[in-house]
Amino acid sequence: MMKLLTSLFVGLTLISAPVYAQDGPLRLEIDEGIIEPLPFAVPSFVPDNAAAGQYAQDISRVISSDLTGTGLFREISSDAFISRVSSFDAPVQFADWKAINAQALVTGAVNVSGNRLTVRFRVWDVFSGAELGNGLRFAGTTEGWRRMAHKVADQVYSRITGEGAYFDSRVAFVSESGPKDQRLKRLAIMDYDGANVQYLTDSAAIVLAPRFSPTGDRLLYTSYETGRPQIYVLDIARVRRQELKTQEGTMSFSPRFSPDGRSIVYSLSQGGNTDLWRMDLASGQSVRLTNTPAIETAPSYSPDGSRIVFESDRSGTPQLYIMPANGGEATRISFGQGRYGTPVWSPRGDLIAFTKQNKGRFHIGVMRVDGSEERLLTASFLDEGPTWSPNGRVIMFTRETQGASGRSTLYSVDISGRNLKPVRTPDGGSDPSWGPLQN
Amino acid sequence: MDTGTKISAIAHVSLIGWALLGGTFRSEPLPMAVQDVSVISAEQFAAMTAQRDAPEVPEPTALQQPDQPNEVNAPDPEPDELPTPESVSVPEPEPEPLPETVELPPEPEVIEQPPTLDQPDTEVAALPVPPGPETAPRPADKIAPEPIAPPPPDAKPDDVETPPVSLDEGAETQQEQQDQTAPEEAAPEIVTEAEEVDDPAPKTSPRPQVRPNRPAPQPEPEVAEAPEPAPEEPSSNNEAAINDALAEALGNGSEPSGPPLTSGEKDAMRLAVSRCWNVGSLSTDALETVVVVGFSLSRDGKVVSGSLRMLDSSGGTAASAKQAYEAARRAVLRCGAKGYDLPADKYAQWQDIEITFNPERMRIK
Repeated sequence: MMKLLTSLFVGLTLISAPVYAQDGPLRLEIDEGIIEPLPFAVPSFVPDNAAAGQYAQDISRVISSDLTGTGLFREISSDAFISRVSSFDAPVQFADWKAINAQALVTGAVNVSGNRLTVRFRVWDVFSGAELGNGLRFAGTTEGWRRMAHKVADQVYSRITGEGAYFDSRVAFVSESGPKDQRLKRLAIMDYDGANVQYLTDSAAIVLAPRFSPTGDRLLYTSYETGRPQIYVLDIARVRRQELKTQEGTMSFSPRFSPDGRSIVYSLSQGGNTDLWRMDLASGQSVRLTNTPAIETAPSYSPDGSRIVFESDRSGTPQLYIMPANGGEATRISFGQGRYGTPVWSPRGDLIAFTKQNKGRFHIGVMRVDGSEERLLTASFLDEGPTWSPNGRVIMFTRETQGASGRSTLYSVDISGRNLKPVRTPDGGSDPSWGPLQN
Repeated sequence: MDTGTKISAIAHVSLIGWALLGGTFRSEPLPMAVQDVSVISAEQFAAMTAQRDAPEVPEPTALQQPDQPNEVNAPDPEPDELPTPESVSVPEPEPEPLPETVELPPEPEVIEQPPTLDQPDTEVAALPVPPGPETAPRPADKIAPEPIAPPPPDAKPDDVETPPVSLDEGAETQQEQQDQTAPEEAAPEIVTEAEEVDDPAPKTSPRPQVRPNRPAPQPEPEVAEAPEPAPEEPSSNNEAAINDALAEALGNGSEPSGPPLTSGEKDAMRLAVSRCWNVGSLSTDALETVVVVGFSLSRDGKVVSGSLRMLDSSGGTAASAKQAYEAARRAVLRCGAKGYDLPADKYAQWQDIEITFNPERMRIK
């Protein structure tokens, strides 16, 4: 009996041993995670000298606010900090930052000599103790300290997320003040976060729809100063403008630059019909791109300049169409319920943002270039006029509230539909145009 | 009387007593109509009760904004006019004595026929949650597979996580009782403003779910083959033979690798890492990238320093793979900071781990 038991056991062991034998490492697949803002810490940058003290604090604050403003990051208050960073080159005490669950850490130093400002910084992945990218140094003037802070924040943002940068950019918009029936409109330009507002026109005439040139040095806009809408181009640095002459007795509006900046595409209204035209800026010559009895407007180039998306009511209601940049057959891409307008091609080329009106509500939405995967990001009494951030991740638009006291405000939203928030401007704002990343 | 007779007598008396009085205490279901409350939302209920309490019904026009008639296509009342910011959770239901809200909610669809077997209802039927503000999808900062209700108002989410400690009488060292850090509120999916619903009530009433087929009896997991510790036989004759056989079977000098991890243990490990896998700060390109990450664990379940590496990536550029890997690395290191809870006797099975992080379901859609 004993022998039988023994042989049985030994046999069992021998048979089952291969089953236990490890076949390589344990393999798992994870397809569900979480989506939450990444906690980060920006301890105040270390001033190299007394003159740099205030700049160091201000720059750290702007970096934090840029990152927090994306909705992808969450700042850990300095009250929770365990260790202080007193020297830029001292080793980082990762355990102290792990303890407060800071997953990214930005350290830096600021030097001021005369009006020259230098910022050095490093980005750390706290839990692995690894540096993300290499330390960098930016130099500029003390007046440009906000831009330096935006540049640092852009680097941090890109290194962690992999998205392109966008903080060091400007937004042109129409600044609005006064009641709705007597509204004063001025062309204005500001940093993307609402700082450094500068007015480019007075409020004598109604101005509409500023549009940045691809290099950010010029603005196209529409003004009613002659009584009918006409297109102007404005040199931002010199604040000098020039009318772009179209045919006599016509109305021209809704202009936008081509990606190479050499021509513009716009709407021209003549005898009750509105079509799309393209003007070569050097020669001033215009060619017609569409020729239908319907209203065609709001053209926007694809980033490679080969196609144009626009709005047309040729099917009965305003819908979105795409045609070759030189005109030709247009393909309808919007098929949902409601009316679609103001399409804008994403700088990445993959999405088109638009305004949609359906069941008495306005939405800002995005869809693929072929019209698929339509997603509505907002809903309100009146949302319109989307514009893309330079990296194609954020959309800014106008939100207007109801009633005679209704007010226009600029809003921004992440393309995931999260992080919907107003953009701070001194007065009301509308018609934003997000410029390119500055050099 | 002997004991048997006593027991018999007591049993008989009890039986008779139960027969006479047993029915008296039973609570029969009341023979009245039961209303399906799931079709009435908290807001509607509040509106109805407010209507009853109100001394008089105000004129509808009195409540309109004075400027509203000017609008040609006046849309629904603008929720943005409410003083509630968008990011805040669904507002508390408040009495709205608008005549429209007094109307009874639309009747739920009447099903003429019993539900067919091949058409189980949608999620609404699967989740017969009680009506109330909680049922509305709410925008939250955190998106996680398991929704987490917002913490109570007096709770403060903290960066430093505190485990719960309860008093243990028998413990040698007394520790002060402390509350666990409130988990952050989480929603199961991204809710854009356009998707936020005004009425949290389910649009249809829950349908009875189709009874699932009885699952086929699962084969016993492989663990069943786990070698029981051999009964210690005092037989000296066989002891040597057993030892020899064991040594031969398991390889000389090596320890037993133990049975493979059960699917439950694997799931626990998967869950432990996925809780820290935050893809919220990844670019849309990095969300297209699948990365395979390899690492080794020490016996206490901690990641061996320097063992973490990217083994493979697919679906994206080298740059996006880098960000995807860094997010995966943060997940493995952060959730494993205190050591993963894995069965110690199966160390050889989990000493080396390869995890594929596939963000397909987490993409922005």
